[in-house]
Amino acid sequence: MPGPRMRGPRPKVKNPGKLLIRILAYVMKHYKFSCIIVAVCILVSVLANVQGTMFMQTLIDDYILPMLRSADAPDFGPLLSAILRVAGFYAIGVLSTFTYNRIMVNVTQGTLRYLRNDMFTHMESLPIRYFDTHVHGDIMSAYTNDIDTLRQMISQSMPQMLSSVITIISVLVSMIILNIPLTIITLMMVGIMVIVTKKLGGLSSRYFMAQQQDLGALDGFIEEMMEGQKVVKVFCHEEESMDEFNARNDQLFESSDNANKFANILMPANAQIGNISYVICAIVGGILAINGVFGFTLGGLASFLSFNRGFTMPINQVSQQFNAIIMALAGADRIFKLLDEKPEVDDGYVTLVNVEKHDDGTLTETDKRTGHWAWKHHHKATGTTDYIELQGNVEFNDVDFGYNPDKIVLHNIKMFATPGQKIAFVGSTGAGKTTITNLINRFYDIQDGKIRYDSININKIKKADLRRSLGIVLQDTQLFTATVMDNIRYGRLDATDEEVIAAAKLANADSFIRHLPEGYQTVITGNGANLSQGQRQLLSIARAAVADPPVLILDEATSSIDTRTERLVQDGMDKLMAGRTTFVIAHRLSTIKNSDCIMVLENGRIIERGSHDQLIAEKGRYYQLYTGNPAAEKQEA
Amino acid sequence: MIRSLAKHINGFKKDSILTPVFMLLEVAMEMVIPLLMASIIDDGVEAGNIHHIYTIGIWMVLAACVSLIAGVLGGKFGARASTGFARNLRKAMYENIQTFSFSNIDKFSTAGLVTRLTTDVTNMQNAYQMILRMCTRAPASLICAMAMSFFINARLACVYLIAVIVLGCCLFLIMSRTTKYFQQVFHRYDDLNASIQENINGIRVVKAYVREDYENKKFTKASGNVYKMFVKAESILTLNAPLMQFTVYSCILLISWFGAKMIVNSTFTTGELMSMLTYCMNILMSLMMLSFVFVMITMSYASAQRISEVLNEKSDIVNPENPVMKVSDGSIVFDHVDFAYKKNSEEPVLKDINLAIRPGETIGIIGGTGSAKSSLVNLISRLYDVTAGSVSVGGVDVRKYDIETLRNEVAVVLQKNVLFSGTILDNLRWGDKNATEEECIRACQLACADEFIQKFPKKYETYIEQGGTNVSGGQKQRLCIARALLKKPKILILDDSTSAVDTATDAKIRRAFAEEIPGTTKLIIAQRISSVQHADRIIVMDDGKINGIGTHDELLETNGIYRDVYESQTSGGDFDENGGER
Repeated sequence: MPGPRMRGPRPKVKNPGKLLIRILAYVMKHYKFSCIIVAVCILVSVLANVQGTMFMQTLIDDYILPMLRSADAPDFGPLLSAILRVAGFYAIGVLSTFTYNRIMVNVTQGTLRYLRNDMFTHMESLPIRYFDTHVHGDIMSAYTNDIDTLRQMISQSMPQMLSSVITIISVLVSMIILNIPLTIITLMMVGIMVIVTKKLGGLSSRYFMAQQQDLGALDGFIEEMMEGQKVVKVFCHEEESMDEFNARNDQLFESSDNANKFANILMPANAQIGNISYVICAIVGGILAINGVFGFTLGGLASFLSFNRGFTMPINQVSQQFNAIIMALAGADRIFKLLDEKPEVDDGYVTLVNVEKHDDGTLTETDKRTGHWAWKHHHKATGTTDYIELQGNVEFNDVDFGYNPDKIVLHNIKMFATPGQKIAFVGSTGAGKTTITNLINRFYDIQDGKIRYDSININKIKKADLRRSLGIVLQDTQLFTATVMDNIRYGRLDATDEEVIAAAKLANADSFIRHLPEGYQTVITGNGANLSQGQRQLLSIARAAVADPPVLILDEATSSIDTRTERLVQDGMDKLMAGRTTFVIAHRLSTIKNSDCIMVLENGRIIERGSHDQLIAEKGRYYQLYTGNPAAEKQEA
Repeated sequence: MIRSLAKHINGFKKDSILTPVFMLLEVAMEMVIPLLMASIIDDGVEAGNIHHIYTIGIWMVLAACVSLIAGVLGGKFGARASTGFARNLRKAMYENIQTFSFSNIDKFSTAGLVTRLTTDVTNMQNAYQMILRMCTRAPASLICAMAMSFFINARLACVYLIAVIVLGCCLFLIMSRTTKYFQQVFHRYDDLNASIQENINGIRVVKAYVREDYENKKFTKASGNVYKMFVKAESILTLNAPLMQFTVYSCILLISWFGAKMIVNSTFTTGELMSMLTYCMNILMSLMMLSFVFVMITMSYASAQRISEVLNEKSDIVNPENPVMKVSDGSIVFDHVDFAYKKNSEEPVLKDINLAIRPGETIGIIGGTGSAKSSLVNLISRLYDVTAGSVSVGGVDVRKYDIETLRNEVAVVLQKNVLFSGTILDNLRWGDKNATEEECIRACQLACADEFIQKFPKKYETYIEQGGTNVSGGQKQRLCIARALLKKPKILILDDSTSAVDTATDAKIRRAFAEEIPGTTKLIIAQRISSVQHADRIIVMDDGKINGIGTHDELLETNGIYRDVYESQTSGGDFDENGGER
């Protein structure tokens, strides 16, 4: 569908040639054979068409005119066989057209499928940093807009370009064979056509640029005002909003009127130049045929005039497709940029395995799920393998970290969590609480210092195994489009229905789930839009519960939910934390009070640490935060 | 529906009529050219008459020029008519949206309105241009070429007639089947993209649970399904091109065979044969064009429907006849009020509310999510109309006031509030367009916004980005409060408007309200007990009913819910370190 975008200004692309080759190589990788067949079929199809047009000459000169001139009863036998022969070629042509069109569907859709899969798989392998530094809408548009323009290019522009080029060449050759002077006239007219197209196209694209800008401005305005329409009502601002809208709307009207005008003029202008070229050839050709110059015949003229028609069409097509291709290249550029992003690196070699625990304390590896886990540490130097039981010791030793190496946000973080301990982080937003937890599961890598997990440097642990040993409940609950059951099972894919339900019960989610229309089989859509925030949190706690990890990271939600659900959430979290090493980013007193240790963070440093009672007695920052004492006010903003 | 849209061609009627007229003229000229062509061949070339070739040649050039002018003018008027139509549609929709009440807005949703004003209008613009230009051009060209063919040779023209019928039927079948298929495919395609979006947003969960492989497998399966459906839909469409070729080729061969016979029998001429073949392309291309136009228009039908929904929507809150133009004081009375968001919905949101608030009183409102706190206050400035009973302000039913008068006296700071792109001053002046800078600063001081605005390098001239993304949640809330204060209202309603403001500042704002605008009736909805604790009276909402009403101490004594909330927040609940602040 030729949307208005197609005629828009050409975006700038660096290295269009390289990109084109890369796209072609990508298509060829999976569809080399198909592409060759398509090319052959296009060639056959074009040649069949050309021979048909050439037949006009034969028809008139070799059959009709001789029959007219001969006095005998006309013999239609040779004509019939000639027509049948042409029909045969035509049939082959039609067949090739069908074949290449049909194959192109597979090539196009198949390539897009491979591309989508590659993009998705690659995206999943990218580090969190990538998602933090790229606007999600932009990543998304690679999958939607950019893939769409690429589809246009592969399915339409490329075969049409090929067929147009073959047509142009074969028609040109045929015209030269028929008559050289007429060919020169035709070429001159084509030259004029190209110049007119360029002139009008230039004007039109300038206006299109203006239109695009005005359209963007208006769309932005509309979006903003619709978002704030209720505020407009509350402030009785309707008239002002209307006035501003009208000004922008009228401006868009002006520029799009101009842009469309020039685009509309292009077609009739080219068509009439084509007609005039046709007329001139008719006149000149007529004169040549009458005088029999160069042995030019009436039949030759008939064929030539058909070619004259057939010559301008593919030239127009090429110029149209050119725009579409440039557009697609810009899209392809963005797609390849995504594919060229460096995936998360993982040099870890320590893995997590199931073990059997013997009475003497030794561990043996097993495939069964025993409920006991161990780190399998293979020492290259000595060639020995150690099994260290998974317990949940986490140790930070002078850790420094910055999202940018030149801007350190965490300084000298030191802490030690023994199995089953509960460590709470408090501090104002931006103090670095979430950042610390992002380091434990290696969403980010530290700049300096060491983090040890059961005395193993976490850099040595395979990321997947490290993360499997950690449970996370994030501040904003993310749910997927699937049943409630599947959403909870996300924590451990081989969990049975009973285990899922047990986890839901532990998280206090069971009772509300049972009240959903389909219970555990209710399908969640739109990130759980039909659930309350508290309910979503309960599901995410259940998800962590079913994973049953020794170490837990909890990021409490800040925003207030109603008191009853909040109690359920709190209670669910408490049950989940029992017996596990827990790091919690806390916003509520109840979470903090029974912590083994509270870390107060400020500007990336731990400024206070201790139990609740100790910190209250200290009357420092924690005390201020806790009491909401005005003395804390100067810290604010 | 068509009629409600057609109204908006107004002002571009002339262009809308001239476009098809010029298109017809262009087509007519294009039809004449092959006819003149035949004359050149037959009477000029075959007869050896050079003079005739010149004369007819000049006529042909003239025809081409007229056709060019007609085409250019048709294009020009077509552009104006369609872009003008789009402008009028946008304007009419926007105008009507301005009259929408809250419930009208809720019905369409913000995203829905944006799509209708942008994408849908663009679709209509393209469709309208197509109707004006192609819908006259293609059938006219088809009919003219057909007529010309019959005029040249009726018997041969029958070949075209049959071809048109056969091809037309086939195209119709193909197009109607593919449109259906494609609608399904695009649906699936949207689902696929939605799941990508989900993965991008939830990447932390995916990574935390090491579910990359699982997601990859899921995605590969889904994309494989989309692939299969696309191939199925498009493979029907691929019949188009060979079918067209087949028809054209068949026509050429049939015309050549019968034409040759007729020429030999002297009932047909070579020139006529060539004209016939030219018309062949004209006829079949127009048919093809027509089938595409048909598909495009079917596709834009959905847009047309969505637009006319907005245009035909009537606001359910309108000014009464002889409205009351003055609000005498800030008293509020709820008298047996029932309220439901949808008429005839089973369960009302508010049930039998009776309440009287004196001018200058400070009222706190507290209650769980879904207890209808916001619904309650939204009735006061008539953002919604009651289902039963009545709400009065200053002793007069709110439905009797001029809406603008009422809303200027009842300022609401909405829960989901927005700032607009523009300077801080621009935003503040929404409350009062004539406010001086001093007045704005005064309002900001009251709302504790001045303290952070002064820290911005450009102070009150600081530019707020769209959606207020360059200020924090707490700052945004304070600016919104200041904006409402500039109205100098008799009643001020804060709907959970200090949730992102830290406890200390929250207290300061409340203190300022009590001291500086004592005459204003203040209603404060909050989640935090500390925000309402000092109010004259506190209303506890539960499940659409007033569960309790009284001072903090009274409620602690008598009200179970209130006590519950209080205890949870003081002894183990609210260690709020103030999310949005910073």
